[in-house]
Amino acid sequence: MSRRLRHPTEDPAWAKALVLAVVAVFLAGVLILPMVSVFFEALRKGVPAALEAIGTEDARAAIKLTLLTAAIAVPFNVVFGICASWAVAKYEFPFKPFLITLIDLPFSVSPVVAGLIYVLVFGAQGWFGPWLLDHDIKIIFAVPGIVLATIFVTFPFVARELIPLMQEQGVDEEEASVSMGASGLRTFWSVTAPNIRWGLLYGVLLCNARAMGEFGAVSVVSGHIRGLTNTMPLHVEILYNEYDFVGAFAVAALLCFLAVVTLVLKTVLELVQPQARPGGH
Amino acid sequence: MTISIRSVEKTFGRYPALNGVSLEIADGELLALLGPSGSGKTTLLRVIAGLEFPDKGQVFYGDEDMTYAGAAARRVGFVFQQYALFRHMTVAKNVAFGLDVRKGPTKPSKKEVAERVDELLRLVELDGLGKRFPAQLSGGQRQRVALARALAVNPSVLLLDEPFGALDATVRKSLRKELRRIHDATGVTTIFVTHDQEEALELADRVAILNQGAIEQVGSPEEVHDEPAGAFVAGFVGEANRFEGEVRGGRFVSGPVELAAGGAPDGKAVAFVRPHELLLSKEGGLSVTAKHVAPQGPIIRLDGVTADGHRVEAAFARQAVEDLRPGAVIGLTIGRAYVFPA
Repeated sequence: MSRRLRHPTEDPAWAKALVLAVVAVFLAGVLILPMVSVFFEALRKGVPAALEAIGTEDARAAIKLTLLTAAIAVPFNVVFGICASWAVAKYEFPFKPFLITLIDLPFSVSPVVAGLIYVLVFGAQGWFGPWLLDHDIKIIFAVPGIVLATIFVTFPFVARELIPLMQEQGVDEEEASVSMGASGLRTFWSVTAPNIRWGLLYGVLLCNARAMGEFGAVSVVSGHIRGLTNTMPLHVEILYNEYDFVGAFAVAALLCFLAVVTLVLKTVLELVQPQARPGGH
Repeated sequence: MTISIRSVEKTFGRYPALNGVSLEIADGELLALLGPSGSGKTTLLRVIAGLEFPDKGQVFYGDEDMTYAGAAARRVGFVFQQYALFRHMTVAKNVAFGLDVRKGPTKPSKKEVAERVDELLRLVELDGLGKRFPAQLSGGQRQRVALARALAVNPSVLLLDEPFGALDATVRKSLRKELRRIHDATGVTTIFVTHDQEEALELADRVAILNQGAIEQVGSPEEVHDEPAGAFVAGFVGEANRFEGEVRGGRFVSGPVELAAGGAPDGKAVAFVRPHELLLSKEGGLSVTAKHVAPQGPIIRLDGVTADGHRVEAAFARQAVEDLRPGAVIGLTIGRAYVFPA
């Protein structure tokens, strides 16, 4: 009987099969099946019905608002993320670990609480409520509130991606650049930016996916005004509660599609740029 | 460019890195800053470079007070320990960087830059590798690129932080000669930091020895090796047997070891004796039992123990010794010794 000798540190075949099976079952049950069912339900009454559901005025408004929110939250994140990681990686200051913990806060706080915080601060009964009312500025139950809530839940993404990257790269290259007479701005564009671009892009993609998909925090501050303050995830919920399953699943399928596109982009990036290793979250 | 460092102090938090360091570096000199880790040698180099500002004291470039001028204003060429090459730029772009970032009338034309890059790559013997990226080079080649990049701006002073630290022994040796050659070819004042005494003694015109943020001695390699100014230098530079004892009436005594104390005052003292200053003697002297004998090229190295259990190392010319085996008891007289108050 011939037997292939296995490597001393290699697991036996049955163990490998078991581990892979556990992963496969979980992926299938928790991820793939629901994803497929979303598309299946969306197309239950055919493609035209699904397209019609996406094309209604309210749905279009929700899509627009979602894209607008992402378009504001993501650039904000990029600026904040670069500043925060630059500060952490290149400067020495007290309370640095505290700052890093603070950046992680949105990951540990429930999004609903995040939404409530803004209602408490900017709502009609909140700290700045009366002042905002006097000046006719609407934040809660309006677009600014949705953007604020989205920024809150997404702001760790870029920073978490860049901090380890920048810490690992240190300040030598920047010092070399400055010592050769380059200005601070020139150093940033010629030296720092190219070194962090892949990590940055990765963070942006993750941030974008979350910005478009956020439900909890946005739900609290939105007020669910159709055509005005409904983002795509909120619109899905409304349609579902109205038993418009095709509509709900059609919009949900669109959201899934955007998420998949984001992840495919991310994977492609990792393939073309071997150094862009996944880190952080 | 002559560089003059005057009573420079620098503290990081509560930890003093430099305690009143003064040092003069002559124009065109190749100087080594030698010391153990934590001695402040890298901090001193960064203060000279303008990458770190001192808390007290001054740094002069020629007659100009540059204490608080940035690195660019001092026109330094700095070679970092890990080279700090720009990883997304080609070798040629890396070398050209210092010229590319110039503005206004001093900005050289593209052709001038290309010529200068070619010239520098030839100088460091990397011609033809301009289109490679740093990741495609060996450690020694990266070091040469870093050197070429630092020289591109015609620096007033070339500063190198542990330039050979990240290289293996063979590359290290050949690059050492290379640095000497480049220094002689360009004539630029050069200061390098090292913890490797062999490197410092072989390469430098003068060596400044640092310990705990202060300069212990500055001198030629021969001076610091043969005329150590204090116990630290005597123990740090070159090999030495160390004896702890006492000076009384001009004689140093440590167990069976007895020798002239030179000018050392009475009281507790340490004596250093280089292995080659222990001489074989037929009659009397210090009685030592050989523990281990190892021929090493033209010399024989001996590990032995004195009667009171003190380990000693000695080195003899091969011809002077016949049939020395472990276990043999031999007599040693002490040639030159350095005695310092403890």
